[in-house]
Amino acid sequence: MVDLRELVEGRPSDKEDLAEFGVGDNVRLMLWITERTARGEETRRLQPFEGTVIKIKKGLTANFTVRRVQRGFGVERTIPLTSPRLESLSVTRRGKVRRAKLTYLRGRTGRAARVKEANRV
Amino acid sequence: MSVSMQAGMLGRKVGMLTRYDDAGRAYGATVIEFADNVITQVRTVDRDGYSAVQVGTIGDRKRTTRAQRGHLKASGQDQLSMTALTEFRTSETDGLDVGASLSVDRFESGMYVDVTARTKGRGFQGVVKRWDFAGGPKTHGQSDRWRAPGSIGAGTSPGRVFKGKKMPGHMGNRSRTILNQLVVEVDLARGLIFLAGNVPGPNGSLVEVRQARKKSVDPVKVVIVPVVSEEDTDVSETPIGEVGTVSISSDEAVAETNEQSSENESLDTQDEVPADDEGEQS
Repeated sequence: MVDLRELVEGRPSDKEDLAEFGVGDNVRLMLWITERTARGEETRRLQPFEGTVIKIKKGLTANFTVRRVQRGFGVERTIPLTSPRLESLSVTRRGKVRRAKLTYLRGRTGRAARVKEANRV
Repeated sequence: MSVSMQAGMLGRKVGMLTRYDDAGRAYGATVIEFADNVITQVRTVDRDGYSAVQVGTIGDRKRTTRAQRGHLKASGQDQLSMTALTEFRTSETDGLDVGASLSVDRFESGMYVDVTARTKGRGFQGVVKRWDFAGGPKTHGQSDRWRAPGSIGAGTSPGRVFKGKKMPGHMGNRSRTILNQLVVEVDLARGLIFLAGNVPGPNGSLVEVRQARKKSVDPVKVVIVPVVSEEDTDVSETPIGEVGTVSISSDEAVAETNEQSSENESLDTQDEVPADDEGEQS
């Protein structure tokens, strides 16, 4: 039988993609969103989303979750690595963390919800 | 039934993948792989009272029995491993001769198929899992009643339990057919098709894929000329073959499916996205 991994589109491997960023890093995503104007026309534009990577799921359906606090509300977006909506991703700050999933950030606000900065590149 | 029936094929469920529609929404797609499909027997109306083709492919057992080998000899097949045989009813058996091979190009993206396969076996299961019973209360002085079936009928009258009463028993490992699965892609080089949605059974199991009996080509994926509007089409009166011409009519299977567009209302749902969108969690 064919190997399913060969059939996943738009992604060479976990290794190549996930080397770029890790849990705890601050990343800036450019995401394609579709809007409807007042006249009902659909338009596409790029919307930035910047926050902390709090989890990365690997495998065939690899995805990652980015969290930020926006106007007092915690906002998390989970994006499949293969998503065509994900235009670009850039790391704005490297975080130093000791666990794989930063779900503990959800219960914290302000200074308690910070991630230490790492010295790695 | 005026539907023209095409021979289906026997394939294997490879597994599922995430795919994206034009709007970037994620949906699950099942990959089905087809090995050699050979016609091993042809049933005709004259001889058998109905027309069908028997299709063989590599099955789950390692080798055929002597009896099976004798049967396969007619099709020129001496493959020891061709243990999976299935009959597909067809409207005519023209061009389908014993020994001929079926190719994945019978399928075309945009068409609908019905998929028959055995579900995963679940063994002996209670009523809660098997029939979605609610079970009993956990608290209020109850004990040992969490997953109990409750009453199974009235008393002296009728004095028996009705046939078909839902009870514990064996669950799964039975043939199920999923209707109207959309073919989203056909990979001729590798002998694969991609279906939107899921298919019964574990990965690696044998599945029968045939042209959908109740739904024709998908209007979103396949351009149909001319566009038939709802007003000037009486669904029941549509003459076969006059609904439109499929742009990719090189494929016999799709040309045939177009003839049976009994669901003309679907022609107008052009802006609907066919796939179940799970969407990205945002």
